[in-house]
Amino acid sequence: MLTHKKRFTKRGRVTAAGLLLLLVAAACGGEEAADPQQAAEATGPIKIWYSNNPEEIAWGEKIVKQWNADNPDEEVTGQEIPAGETSEEVIQAAISAGNAPCLVYNTAPAAVPQFQKQGGLVNLSDFPDADSYIEERTGADAAQYQSPEGGYYQMPWKTNPVMIFYNKKIFEQAGLDAENPPLTTHDEFLETGQTLIDEGGVEAAIWPAPTSEFFQSWFDFYPLFIAETGGTPLVEDGQAQFASDAGLQVADFWSQIYENGLAKKEAYNGDAFGEEKSAMAIVGPWAIAVYGESIDWGVVPVPTADGTPPEETFTFSDEKSVGMYSACENRGTAWEFLKESTSEANDGALLDATGQMPTRPNLTDTFSDYFDKNPEYTPFAEQANRLQEVPVVENSIEMWQTFRDSYSQSVIFGKQSPDDAFPEAADQIESLVSEG
Amino acid sequence: MATIAATAPRARRIRRALGRHPVGLLFVLPYAAFLVLVYAYPLGLAVYMSFYDYFFAAPGAVVERPFVGFDNYTTAFGDAIFLESLGNVVTFLVINVPLTVALSLVLATALNAKLPLRGFFRTAYYIPYVTASVAVIGVWLWLFSDTGLVNSALGPVAPAPPWLVNEFWAMPMIAFFATWKQLGFYVVLYLAALQNIPSDLYDAASVDGAGALKSFRHVTVPGVRPATTLVVILSTIVGANFFTEPYLLTGGGGPNNSSVSPVLHMYRRGIEQGDAGYAAAIGVLLAIGVIVISMVNRFILERD
Repeated sequence: MLTHKKRFTKRGRVTAAGLLLLLVAAACGGEEAADPQQAAEATGPIKIWYSNNPEEIAWGEKIVKQWNADNPDEEVTGQEIPAGETSEEVIQAAISAGNAPCLVYNTAPAAVPQFQKQGGLVNLSDFPDADSYIEERTGADAAQYQSPEGGYYQMPWKTNPVMIFYNKKIFEQAGLDAENPPLTTHDEFLETGQTLIDEGGVEAAIWPAPTSEFFQSWFDFYPLFIAETGGTPLVEDGQAQFASDAGLQVADFWSQIYENGLAKKEAYNGDAFGEEKSAMAIVGPWAIAVYGESIDWGVVPVPTADGTPPEETFTFSDEKSVGMYSACENRGTAWEFLKESTSEANDGALLDATGQMPTRPNLTDTFSDYFDKNPEYTPFAEQANRLQEVPVVENSIEMWQTFRDSYSQSVIFGKQSPDDAFPEAADQIESLVSEG
Repeated sequence: MATIAATAPRARRIRRALGRHPVGLLFVLPYAAFLVLVYAYPLGLAVYMSFYDYFFAAPGAVVERPFVGFDNYTTAFGDAIFLESLGNVVTFLVINVPLTVALSLVLATALNAKLPLRGFFRTAYYIPYVTASVAVIGVWLWLFSDTGLVNSALGPVAPAPPWLVNEFWAMPMIAFFATWKQLGFYVVLYLAALQNIPSDLYDAASVDGAGALKSFRHVTVPGVRPATTLVVILSTIVGANFFTEPYLLTGGGGPNNSSVSPVLHMYRRGIEQGDAGYAAAIGVLLAIGVIVISMVNRFILERD
């Protein structure tokens, strides 16, 4: 008969052996990736994902149908990106599982360094004509999408230049000039905001999401910081830029917005601008299709401390790129399809279907017919000439979360002065981006 | 002869290992396989990952994931947000667990009595449990917003900033929400336990002169003690792993991370920021913490 001690020892040995087996099994596994050299030249069927809004689905289906008719041996299967909390999570899971499609037409530049680190992306610069194609199509802004070592792990595709959208009816109700609203300087904006609250019958002058997600700063602090600095990214050459005088001026502006109750500290459970709870919103041209029929709207560039003429004002691009994923076996076909789908004709079709701006210079000249027919999109097209992207750096998402936490604590909830919080966050961020 | 002599003990060892009913192993096998694949393997992987600078990579990709020893664990103990999230769990458990036990036992006792509309009430308390969190969170956001029903009713005594963006109230609100949402499940556990208490005990208590309150204290409460142990342990485990509430109800653990939970922090670090090794270390620490708390609970509740 086994004693209690012996039984325990035996059970302990079995448990330890099981755990060891699990650890060994856990440490192993994984499929073989496609051979890069063979795959670069390989042609054949490919899969692509595009965004799940109706306009982009219509565009994607049209492009795929057109390609398949011309290239029956290299069939493209298109589908909406599978549902998930965010597209980035879905793509990340697909990379890890080895079943990412060849191309995803909804790749956020902020996630690209992480996907690259995972070995999930193909360096497009490995295609002989890629650099020239991307730089010719995108113009000088192409450099903003290069990885630190100089390769293109993303193809800049379309932008949604961020501007101030406002409700003319509410402005008129508040006795403000709805055609030329005083929104150019920080002081004007604050004064206008107070008038809107006092006289316009809205709960908030503007209602950006005050929540803690890493990307929320792209729609409050960052566009105004870019405008204030004439196009400086959050981090440049490894140095955080937001703790500068310009960054603190923008932080002070938003602090006053929250202190004076011009924006709410809680998220609106719905669409504050669409339901006329707020008079202004920070949005891209997609908003025209969403609010165009229900709201009499106007659009102006984001404000700066001293006021900047519209033709000189920079803003955040809210760009989406196309990524080619390393699970792709027929990369030759994928690259040709990528070029075809971003040709001038298909960029025009994208603009026509979605109102979003292809990442090309001088859109108003290239697609003059479209802007003649749809003049309401022209301010966004002109703004597209002065854009800044998120910096392509190591630990990009962690960097934005660090910034958001600091901004939330100091600017939104006033627990610490931005003068103290921003330099602390800058130190952390510089350490994060230098880890690569 | 020597061969036969050697075979006999081996056969005995095999018989002993297989037990008296070897066919039973076949019945156990599917669940054992499920347990290994769905629970034990991920747990083993998490422990492994926590000792590496681990991130998820494409299959076959050549990436460096160096062994870092206990670095992820030491980082966790210096991570202000992780430490804050542990404090938040304590706040959550201190409110949620006693409230869950008290409310579910009282409600189950009431629903066990011969009340009019008993079936309706039993269903009504269970509905939040089976309703998707996303849907009911929408209702709570509306109720507790600045201009919501609760603040309208409270008027000038409403807290500012409002409940869900108030650093003092955000965590208690999450605990109240979770208590309300889960209550139906625990009421069912207690209802089952109550039906196992022999009615003779209540009769005897009545003969001894005990009123309803004394019967509840001296018959019901001891009679459902095993269920109470289960409710405390389950609500501790579920509570320590809360995620949806801070993710949706308080906009990502706000304000200022005052409602961030360890699991939300794990999600951010592991999934959003790609630092899976560190997230795994947080997961291991959380699992150890929950096991210890559950063992203490069990020890306290089951001792005579």
